[in-house]
Amino acid sequence: MSTLLVFIYGGLLTFAMRFSFIYLVGRARLPERVRRLLRFVPAAVLSAIIAPELLLHPGGLDLSPANSRLLAGLLAVLVAWWTKNTLVTILVGTGFMLALQLLLQ
Amino acid sequence: MSEHLRSLLQGIRFEFPLLVGVFPFGLIYGAAALRAGLDPALAQAMSSIVFAGSAQFLTAQLIHDSAPALVIVLTIATVNLRHLLYSASLAPFVSHLPLRWRALLAYLLTDEAYAAVILHYQKEGIRASGHWFFLGAGASLWLTWQLSTALGIFLGATIPETWPLDFALPLTFIAMLVPTLKDWSLVVAALAAGVTALLAAALPFNLGLVLAALVGIAAGMLVERHR
Repeated sequence: MSTLLVFIYGGLLTFAMRFSFIYLVGRARLPERVRRLLRFVPAAVLSAIIAPELLLHPGGLDLSPANSRLLAGLLAVLVAWWTKNTLVTILVGTGFMLALQLLLQ
Repeated sequence: MSEHLRSLLQGIRFEFPLLVGVFPFGLIYGAAALRAGLDPALAQAMSSIVFAGSAQFLTAQLIHDSAPALVIVLTIATVNLRHLLYSASLAPFVSHLPLRWRALLAYLLTDEAYAAVILHYQKEGIRASGHWFFLGAGASLWLTWQLSTALGIFLGATIPETWPLDFALPLTFIAMLVPTLKDWSLVVAALAAGVTALLAAALPFNLGLVLAALVGIAAGMLVERHR
């Protein structure tokens, strides 16, 4: 199979998943129980993406205070909570990471 | 200014901080795809055909490793399983739209578009021009992804690998996560999902992510019920 064809199949499957419920729910409404369940999707998925990024290294779990990603991530949580500003959160977190890297070099 | 245009611009403005986080990620993707041996045109094509960052990184790696085509297609599909949850979560807010609108918005439904759009819908509910907000957020992310991929391909190996460029993306997700934690059941859902993601990280095809999301949702439901 050519590489382009691999992308097209992968892209079609991805689109099918993105479209799935958006397509179906046009016809039938979701039950109340399912709607309550879906309230938790953003918090659960975002947290599941973030946790490994902060805590997992190629060597495994890193809970040490020398883990700069963990420190910068915790700082970002505080900044996000205080300022409620996404851009400030990214800039402070990235700046802190760069400063740590420079200091540790 | 028409209501639609105002909503479109509002979507772009709301998405803007996420674009700042996505841009460096696209740069790294472009450079990494070349390093994996992909043709520049194919590396760029993947960004519009698959249009899903983490799946694209894995695909480039698998092509580099000469993995069989079927394995690559199945990997893309499983890594992107979480989009089923996004689709279900947003479906009630777009169910009134014509099919072609829903198809277009579904194509633009990425992690970053979802994070912005669901916050908007949860706050504002369904409004007549809500889909223009979705379009503004989704299309501005699409354009940013294409441009940053192109620049990454162009710059290629000149991007130092030691720069923590990839860290901007988890930071944007943190900034999106915090405002969703509006009560204890949501905090528990986030914690349970995070811990499960760590424990299940060794599962193949990023399945740990989907499992973690499901455990988080279940934990949140339990807390809500016992209150």
